[in-house]
Amino acid sequence: MNSKLAFYIVKRVLLALFTVFLVITITFFAMKAIPGGPFLSEKSPSPAVTAQLEAKYGLDKPILEQYGTYLSDVLHFDFGPSIKNRGRTVTDLILEGFKTSGMLGLEAAGIAILIGLALGSLAAVFHNKWIDKIIMVLSTGSVAMPSFVIATLLLLAFCVWVPIFPPNGSTSAGLVLPVISLSLYPMAYITRLTRSSMLDVLGQDYIRTARAKGVSPIKVIFKHSLKNAVTPVITYVGPMIAYILTGSLVVENIFSVPGIGNYFFSSIINRDYPMVMGTTIFLATLMVIMTLLSDIAYKIFDPRVDLS
Amino acid sequence: MKKKTASMPKKNPLSLQLDISKFEKANDEEKFLQQRMRESTTFFKDGMRRLAKNKLAMTCLIIVVFIVLIAIFVPMIYPYSYEQQLGVTAGQSVDSSYNNLKPFEYGETELKRMEEGESIFPHIFGTDSHGRDYAIRVIYGTRISLIVGFFASIIVLIIGAIYGAISGYYGGKVDLIMMRIVDIIYSLPDLLMIILLATVLKQTLTPVIEGTGLEKLGVGMISIFIVFALLYWVGMARLIRGQILTIKQQDYVLNARSIGAKGGHIIRRHMLPNCISVLIISTALQIPSAIFTESYLSFLGLGVNMPMPSLGSLAAEARSGIFTYSYRLIIPAVTIFLIVLSLNLLGDGLRDAFDPKLKK
Repeated sequence: MNSKLAFYIVKRVLLALFTVFLVITITFFAMKAIPGGPFLSEKSPSPAVTAQLEAKYGLDKPILEQYGTYLSDVLHFDFGPSIKNRGRTVTDLILEGFKTSGMLGLEAAGIAILIGLALGSLAAVFHNKWIDKIIMVLSTGSVAMPSFVIATLLLLAFCVWVPIFPPNGSTSAGLVLPVISLSLYPMAYITRLTRSSMLDVLGQDYIRTARAKGVSPIKVIFKHSLKNAVTPVITYVGPMIAYILTGSLVVENIFSVPGIGNYFFSSIINRDYPMVMGTTIFLATLMVIMTLLSDIAYKIFDPRVDLS
Repeated sequence: MKKKTASMPKKNPLSLQLDISKFEKANDEEKFLQQRMRESTTFFKDGMRRLAKNKLAMTCLIIVVFIVLIAIFVPMIYPYSYEQQLGVTAGQSVDSSYNNLKPFEYGETELKRMEEGESIFPHIFGTDSHGRDYAIRVIYGTRISLIVGFFASIIVLIIGAIYGAISGYYGGKVDLIMMRIVDIIYSLPDLLMIILLATVLKQTLTPVIEGTGLEKLGVGMISIFIVFALLYWVGMARLIRGQILTIKQQDYVLNARSIGAKGGHIIRRHMLPNCISVLIISTALQIPSAIFTESYLSFLGLGVNMPMPSLGSLAAEARSGIFTYSYRLIIPAVTIFLIVLSLNLLGDGLRDAFDPKLKK
């Protein structure tokens, strides 16, 4: 590993750490800016009870002191108790929800990458043939609809009109549609990305050389081209994870998957502030880490990239 | 002078005297050769010519213009309004038969009036659960979505262009600091931050704008604009900075500077006009993303305020009656699809037409 790369990694890690810190700070002060506080609901408790509740949760202290306490709590992965789910801590709920959401996200990401790479290479190999055109039309069309609309239309098509899948996402058969609706957009994006970088690679001299010396077409595509064309896709992995995580917010709600996105959705509606803060920070950290990893991987895999 | 020329001696081959024949009047044939065969083309005209050749992009342009015209003019002449509950008079529900009409059905009062010989404009897409004409809600929702998309992109354009241009032009430490700020904002997970900010702004802004002209616009829409102004300009700033860095090397910039032009003047008069193609293309591609973000926020209940519709909020609302009234989801969904697809393809077409790097 050369020193330039090491310097780059250190720089990126510092930026990532600072970003996470910034997210925590923004989240904390944003939540404090909301008037009313978390105990304000339809049947407000008496002022005495509110005061006692505030004392219990430390909300009566000066704001900077609260901020300090919150920072140290977050560092210990302690997001405090959930206000609407009595007796559960936010950390507890996040971990529980993440088991389902993590699976869902991984499956969606895996499918998006595999099918995206396959379709993209297919389109590039058959450049300007009908197969290329069909793939391009499909991939252009599927990025033109918001994920919740796609999810609802899938629900309508495959649970109501042609009832193949259960509309409830708590079983494994029910996870098929959520995975499809989450993976469609990144899949289309990866297809386009792969296609253009494949086209670029296929025009290179070394591909012509390989063909000229009689390497089989399959080997040219997989060994010589795809390996080199895959690097731009690596940079997309970070943003893709971010898309899938935020997309899961709505998709999990539509298919009632008991995941972290669903908890987040209901905590926004219910104004469960510790839960909103905890989930935001958790998801944001996850996204920042994934972006960091994919950026570093890109620099390692593609030595041509200028590090300056 | 004339006299002197005429009396000039015959030209010596080695003399440096001017050849008089070169000063003769041009005859018609020579004049014809000097004529410009066609108008000289500008960069903009050249791009537009290439865009006009692109059939796909032109079709998309026509679709966009068509949708925009409908969204602007139809609500002016349409007999129903987007917030008018047909079965309700003066806050009293008088005829509940207006609620949830299927397409081309009429409410009971309307049927009576039609028997009396009155002609009544049909409810093309029926009505919603509050008895509001759905067709006008979709059209008005299109207008709102387009407004959100357009103004959000303009905000992004202005902030991004100014920031990027200053950073790129001044370079050095200024650039370093400004770009670090961009890096940090860029690495924030934007949708999560938007949800957070929209939640907070919705709560805090409501009392602030009460009674002012902004109230009519609605907290939801204002918070979307604020969020875009805070977070979404960084991509544009990076793009413009890159452009400015290359333009900065051009001789006309050096020339302008040498005759004493100020930085602001050079940026405004020389540099930004030369980034115009990048500005147009990325603004065209920004609109769909703004429409998406708005619909996403509408789904979470953080979008435009009721009863004002947007395509996203219409689609989100339609989910509750999805099994009986599936067309209420499909109509706004198709409209979003058309707008976003056309704008994306148009943006691609503009890039092909205006990006000099792709020029043959």
